[in-house]
Amino acid sequence: MKRLTTTTAILALAAGAAAAEGELRVYHWFEYMPQELVDKFEAETGIDVIIDTYDSNEALLASLKAGTLGSYDVAVPGDYMVAIMAGEGLLDTFEEGELTNKANIEDQWLNAPFDAGRVHSIPYQWGSTSVSVNRDIYTGDTNSLSLIFDPPEELKGRINVLDSQGEVMALASIYLGIPQCSQDRDQLRALDELLQTASAHWASFGSDIAKDVLVSGDAAAGMIYNGFSAKAREEGANVEYIYPDEGYVVWMDNVVLLEQAPNRENAIRFMDFLLQPENIAQVTNYAQYAAGITGAAEFTEEALATSPENNPREGAGPGVFIEVCDQATQEVYDQIWTRLRS
Amino acid sequence: MTFDVRRYRGFFGLTMLCLFILYVPLLVVMVYSFNDSRSITNWEGVSLRWYVDVFTGPESEKFKQAAWNSLTIALSAAIVSTTIATAAAIGMVRGGAFRGKSATFALISLPIMVPEIVTAVATLIFFSTIAFPLGTLSILVAHIVFCIPFAYLPISARLQGIEASYEEAAQDLYAGRWATFRHVLFPIMGPGIMSGFLLAFIISLDDFIITNFVKGAGVETLPTAIFGSVKQGIQPNIMALSTLLLLFSIALVTLSYFIGKRGEALQPDRGD
Amino acid sequence: MAAGTGSGRTVSATFRPIRGWLLLPSWAIIGFFMVIPVLLMLVYSFLTKEFRGGVIWEPTLAAYDQFLFDRGLFGDEPPTIEWAYITIFIRSILQATGATLLCLLIGFPTAFFIATRPAHTRAIWLFLITIPYWVNLLIRTVSVRFLIRDNGPLNDFLLALGLVDQPLGLINTNFAVQLGLFYSYLPFMVLPIYAAVERYNFAFSEAASDLYAPKWTILRRIVIPVVKPGIIAGCILVFVPSLGAFLAPDLLGGAKTYMIGSLIEEQFKGNAGNWPFGAAASMILLSMVLVVLLFYARGQSREGA
Repeated sequence: MKRLTTTTAILALAAGAAAAEGELRVYHWFEYMPQELVDKFEAETGIDVIIDTYDSNEALLASLKAGTLGSYDVAVPGDYMVAIMAGEGLLDTFEEGELTNKANIEDQWLNAPFDAGRVHSIPYQWGSTSVSVNRDIYTGDTNSLSLIFDPPEELKGRINVLDSQGEVMALASIYLGIPQCSQDRDQLRALDELLQTASAHWASFGSDIAKDVLVSGDAAAGMIYNGFSAKAREEGANVEYIYPDEGYVVWMDNVVLLEQAPNRENAIRFMDFLLQPENIAQVTNYAQYAAGITGAAEFTEEALATSPENNPREGAGPGVFIEVCDQATQEVYDQIWTRLRS
Repeated sequence: MTFDVRRYRGFFGLTMLCLFILYVPLLVVMVYSFNDSRSITNWEGVSLRWYVDVFTGPESEKFKQAAWNSLTIALSAAIVSTTIATAAAIGMVRGGAFRGKSATFALISLPIMVPEIVTAVATLIFFSTIAFPLGTLSILVAHIVFCIPFAYLPISARLQGIEASYEEAAQDLYAGRWATFRHVLFPIMGPGIMSGFLLAFIISLDDFIITNFVKGAGVETLPTAIFGSVKQGIQPNIMALSTLLLLFSIALVTLSYFIGKRGEALQPDRGD
Repeated sequence: MAAGTGSGRTVSATFRPIRGWLLLPSWAIIGFFMVIPVLLMLVYSFLTKEFRGGVIWEPTLAAYDQFLFDRGLFGDEPPTIEWAYITIFIRSILQATGATLLCLLIGFPTAFFIATRPAHTRAIWLFLITIPYWVNLLIRTVSVRFLIRDNGPLNDFLLALGLVDQPLGLINTNFAVQLGLFYSYLPFMVLPIYAAVERYNFAFSEAASDLYAPKWTILRRIVIPVVKPGIIAGCILVFVPSLGAFLAPDLLGGAKTYMIGSLIEEQFKGNAGNWPFGAAASMILLSMVLVVLLFYARGQSREGA
């Protein structure tokens, strides 16, 4: 009797895991897609959407390589990670004409360097990564990345940094004025030294916590994405998103078609759905970044167009994409990164 | 006697401190789960809105699914591991002396002794090497393994306290081994099996680290779902959910307490 | 039925003929899903890491070399001792030791006090200690985080009383991690000590007091040596899980300073993606735990002798 119940339970579980008809498995960032939009897609297509979340591009890659490839249909990696994933053979390619709404992609994003001709991915949102400070605590007028890399007294020990190697290394390189993925040994040593010194003033590492630590007051400043900072401001934190003198990181997250997707057709339907301006605009309104789809602006809230987080101030440095480093440099980066935490 | 050797000055105070430390964080969470405010830092009066939110709010779908996963996995893992552990306990306690007995005991206790993070890593590597798909089944298998020793310990302790004469009498009356187990041993072992089952159940329900490593697409258990939400801020709905889980745990521990009581009453007199 | 009809003192063997079948499921399941994985992990720790996660099946000592030796940022300087990982391990050992001592400090008097209550109230005290142990560890860790954060109830309370004039700044410090470990595993310390004190025969203490031994001397010289096995069991139950803890450093320490658990996690789920190194670090942690347990087992058998 006991054995019978057990067997039934196991079979039921196995069946639940195997049922793949009419499903779509999305591997996504946290807090990045409004539930209403998911509901709308489900209502339009009858497809059941299952969402799992990750908190950094690197965590997404690690998970797929550790054996979850084949259980998701789509994921939403950032620009440089699209290139890495394509190189690792983790991405499937669209057939010619498979995406009905592909023409809606804005020209400037159609031939993105990380996916020329858009054969694996479509734009999701784009935005920037920089620094936000709590204006109740820091009243100075510095507009430099020194706010986190050489912080003023009142911010020391109260800084949160994204738990994302790519973004930290890129911003540190921008601050030092050295090229990303530099192979110059003196420059790499300087990078190491800068981060070692700076990290003594950091309180925590975390991407998913980046908004909450500002809202709850656990941190007084933090590396953060522009839309996430806008949400922190809306939730009552007196934070200002800084566009630094030295420059900042620009990124674009993209919906990619994963290799071995169990529901490839549904994935394509989902992408076509997101390529419709009124749909992707809902994401923009929710996450407060920008879409790369023609006509989406019509459906986005007007406040977004003028929000301080979405408009670099006069005199700010340039926004740059994160570059993919070669193996030798990446290994140096890995070493620097580990030493930060020891 | 010049003084009471059972009383030491300050021990009562430290016991109170111990209970205070153990309960204050839990009570604070309970109290704040009734806070009417959206932001957890301000108190705006008593309300049940976050309990409603747990069941109907935007995250309710996720939590319901996670709770269902947690319960089915914990129940299945507890049933399977208790069955295996009961068999093992009978084999160990009623199987006579044999070579490799202490090795078998070490093997059964292995999942308790190996740090959780190590088990998690080893299991992930193993599943990934044999291409075992990560999903509900991978979580279940991992849970069964680490639940076995937790179920085994109370069951074998109980069995050790039972005189073999009951079974011997039954077997003298030509009862088969299965009948002996079913009608003699099982009723006396019952409370031990029940506490083993409850322990396995709660250990499975509690697990975060191993589940986090071996879970697959779209499968969250309550701990992994709560972990994900908590990182984005300790919201009042999480506090309400935590309070509900807390009450659930208290109900379980009370249940096991009374089963233990009944077990003591049922326990046959021991020779010594 | 052959043997096994003796008194309760001898080993009973009513199920001897099917012993193998009874034990088979445990052997098979734990052997297949625990022993083989750990051995496989040992193998992995000697494999070559693949760039961006995964392994190449070529034997190398690189993972252990990375753990022990620092060859400079670019890997071409003469090797010196690598302190980064040793520091992480030492920090974990110190944290676990600290948590164990704190638990002992509070746990021993509690266990002693409860064990000396009259039988009918004892159960209630014990019940009160057990409840938090049954509450989800994640929830307990989160509740500590909520309690001690800068704008949390603890600081609000102290500020309102005027005991401090600014928040204590406890969150995201090693101290917070220590506090979290202590809080998480406190019941683990109380229960085994309680079991030992409960079995302790107070006639020994009474005899000593009749001989005018001072009270605290009785505790130190008679009670503690007799209940030592319980104390050691409690210490191990706190020390071992603290050593590999992941939730406390992540949620209370801000994931900033790593403990062993976070270091290992990072290799599989985070930025690093170095499986052999993660496997090697796991093996080192496992060896440390096994050494502790061996010492314990040796002590046990000596007690028994």
